[in-house]
Amino acid sequence: MKDRTAGPTRSRARGYTDYLDEAALPHIWCAGCGNGNVLKALLGAFASRGLDPRMTVVVTGIGCWGKADDYIRTNAIHGTHGRALAVATGVKAYRPELAVVALMGDGDFATIGGNHFIHAARRNIGVTAVVANNLNYGMTGGQYSGTTPAGSLTSTSPYGHAEEGFDLCALAEAAGAAYVARTTAYHYRQMETLIAEALGVDGFSLVEVLTPCPTYYGRLNREGSAPEMWRALKERARGGSFGCLVRRDRPSFAERYAGVQAAARAGTGTEVGPDAR
Amino acid sequence: MTRKAFWQGNEAVLEGAVAAGARFYAGYPITPSSEIAELASRRLPALGGVFIQMEDEIASMAALVGASLAGAKAFTATSGPGFSLMQENIGLAIMVEAPCVVINVMRSGPSTGLATKPAQADVMQARWGTHGDHPAVALVPASVSECFSLTVAAFNLAERLRMPVFVLSDEIIGHMRERVEVPPEGSLEIWERPRPSGDPSEYRPYRPGPDGVPPLAEFGGPYVFHATSSMHDERGVSANDAGTAAALIARLGAKVLRNWELLPPPEIVDTASLLGSGHDRPGKGAKPAGGVLLVAFGSSARSARQVLVDHPERFVTLFRPRTLWPFPEAELSALVEDHESVVVAEMNTGQLVLEAERVVAGRRPVRAALRSDGEIITPEEIWEVVCGRRDARAGRTGESWSGTGGSGR
Repeated sequence: MKDRTAGPTRSRARGYTDYLDEAALPHIWCAGCGNGNVLKALLGAFASRGLDPRMTVVVTGIGCWGKADDYIRTNAIHGTHGRALAVATGVKAYRPELAVVALMGDGDFATIGGNHFIHAARRNIGVTAVVANNLNYGMTGGQYSGTTPAGSLTSTSPYGHAEEGFDLCALAEAAGAAYVARTTAYHYRQMETLIAEALGVDGFSLVEVLTPCPTYYGRLNREGSAPEMWRALKERARGGSFGCLVRRDRPSFAERYAGVQAAARAGTGTEVGPDAR
Repeated sequence: MTRKAFWQGNEAVLEGAVAAGARFYAGYPITPSSEIAELASRRLPALGGVFIQMEDEIASMAALVGASLAGAKAFTATSGPGFSLMQENIGLAIMVEAPCVVINVMRSGPSTGLATKPAQADVMQARWGTHGDHPAVALVPASVSECFSLTVAAFNLAERLRMPVFVLSDEIIGHMRERVEVPPEGSLEIWERPRPSGDPSEYRPYRPGPDGVPPLAEFGGPYVFHATSSMHDERGVSANDAGTAAALIARLGAKVLRNWELLPPPEIVDTASLLGSGHDRPGKGAKPAGGVLLVAFGSSARSARQVLVDHPERFVTLFRPRTLWPFPEAELSALVEDHESVVVAEMNTGQLVLEAERVVAGRRPVRAALRSDGEIITPEEIWEVVCGRRDARAGRTGESWSGTGGSGR
C-alpha cells in the first residue's frame, strides 16, 4: 500500500506538542472522558508521520469530540453536525495532496452522518476518520445514538433502548473502506500506531476508538466510576475484534479521478447528455 | 471575437461558470437542473477540475465549502427539493465565508410538486432559507444570455464578498434555447477572492479588509487557518461572548450592503424605450395618467415585457430586478410616485409582492398577477391586472387568481 505522507512533508522529527495549541487548554472535556487521550494519540500520529500543518486539514463535526479542532494547530474546518466527511470529501477531491482527517463522534459519524460515512467508504476518498465512540450523545446530555446497545439506559431511553447499535467497523468494511481498525482510549500506544497507519492509506480509513462517557452513559447504566469504566475498557479489548481489521488495496478516488481527468483531456469520453454532438 | 451560440439556459449557466473560472462541482441529480451536472461532469475534468456526484444535496453543499476553502471556485445546481436540503450548509458557507455559487432552477412545489414545471416560489427561501440572521445575494436571469452573464456575475460576487451567491433560474429559462453573443475569451471581467499577504503568523482569516471582506487563504498554501460554524473571532476561534457575536452578525450583513454598487442593477424599460421614439409619452418628466409600474423577474418578466409591446397606448414601466436579493429597493422606490399603481407579476402565491409593498409603503396601491399551477403567467393575465380588472390578492380569499375579481384594494 502506498504511503502518501512519506517524502517532502517528513522534514524533521516532530512531537505531538508541535500540533497542540497549548494556549487553548484546558480542554472542555469532563473528568474521566477519553477524548484527551485520543487527541494526544492523534497528534502523536501526526508527529510520527511528520505531517506539515500547512498541508493538513482537520475537519470536525458537532459534539464533544467535534470540539477537538480547538486544540489543533493545523488547518481546520469545524463544520455542521454529521457533515464532516462531506466537507472533507470536498477538500480531498479538489486537493488530493493534502492530508485530510475527519474527527467525529458516534452521533456525528454513525447517526446523523451515516449516509456520508458509507458513501465516503464506497467512494474510497482518501480521508482518515478518527471516530470517538462513547455510545451516546455527550454534548446534548446523554441521548441514544446509532451505536447505543439495545437495552441501554440513556436520557431518551429511560426504559431501555429498543434498537440495536451499529458495528461501525463491520459497516465500514462492507461499504468498501481501504483500512479499518478498532482500539480504545485506554490503549494509547495502539491508538497512536493505528491512526498513524491509517494516515498512510491512500483510500478511506477508519479508526474507531471506544471511549468512556462516565458523565452520562456510564452513570445511567451503572458502570461505576470513571476508573472502573477505564478498567472495563481494558478488559473488553481482550475479548473482541481490536487492532487493524481490514487493510486492502483498492484504487482511491484520487487515483481513479486522475484517470477521469486524463481521459477527459484526451477526449476519449463517451458523448452522452443533453447536447451530445 | 464575439461568437454566436444557440444555447439552452442550463448550458449557458455551465458555460458562464467555466468562463468565470469554476473548477469544482458537487451536486445531486434533479429535474430541471440536471443538464448542468451532466455538462459539468464532461467539461471540468478536462480543465483539471473536479466533478463529483455526492450522496445528497446536504453533502453537495458541504463539499462545496471544503473545496472552496481549499482554493476552488466551486458551484452546484439544483431545484427546490435539493435547495431545501442545501440550506443547512448554505448557512455553513455564510458563516465560514466560503465563496461558492448555487444555481436553483426553480420548479413547482411544495415538496415534489410538479417536478417538470416552472415556478418562482423560492423567492423567500433564497432570502431566509437557512436559519439565523444572515445576508443573501440572489441573481435572477430572464434570458439564456443572462444565464451566462449572471452566472459569471454570481461567481464574481461570491469571490469578492466571500459568501454563497444564488442564481435563481426556472424551468422555462433553464430549458429554453436562445441565441447568445458569447464574449471573446479573456474579455470577461473576472474577480478573485481577496488574498492575504504578509507574515503567515499574523494572518487573521476573519479580520475584514477595507470593504468589510476578510482576505481568504487556501489550504495547502503558506497560511494555516481555522474556519468554524460557531460564532468566532478574527482568528476563526469560536467565541461565546455577546460582543463577538454582535460584531460578526453585523459585519456579515454589512459586507453585502456596503458593496451594493457591485450588484447587477435592475432593468427599467418603458414603452418609449422599448418601442422607440414614436411612442414617446407626452412631455418628458410629466406623469401620464394611469401609469403602472410593473415589477417582474425571470420568466415572468418576459410576459411582462410583452404587455408593453402589446399595449403601447398605456404608460407602463417594467422594473425587472437582476438582483433579487438584496432587493433593489432604492431603485424601485424612486419610480413609485411617477405611477398611479404598482403591479407585481410572479409565479407563486405572492412573495416578491410583499417586498414591493414594503418599498411602496402605502404611497400607491399594489396589485398582483400570480400563478402557481406550473404554467407561465401570460401577458394577457398580467394585462388584466395592469388594467385594474383583476388582482390576485384582492380580498385575500385564497381563491385561485382567475377566480378573484375587483380592482385595487
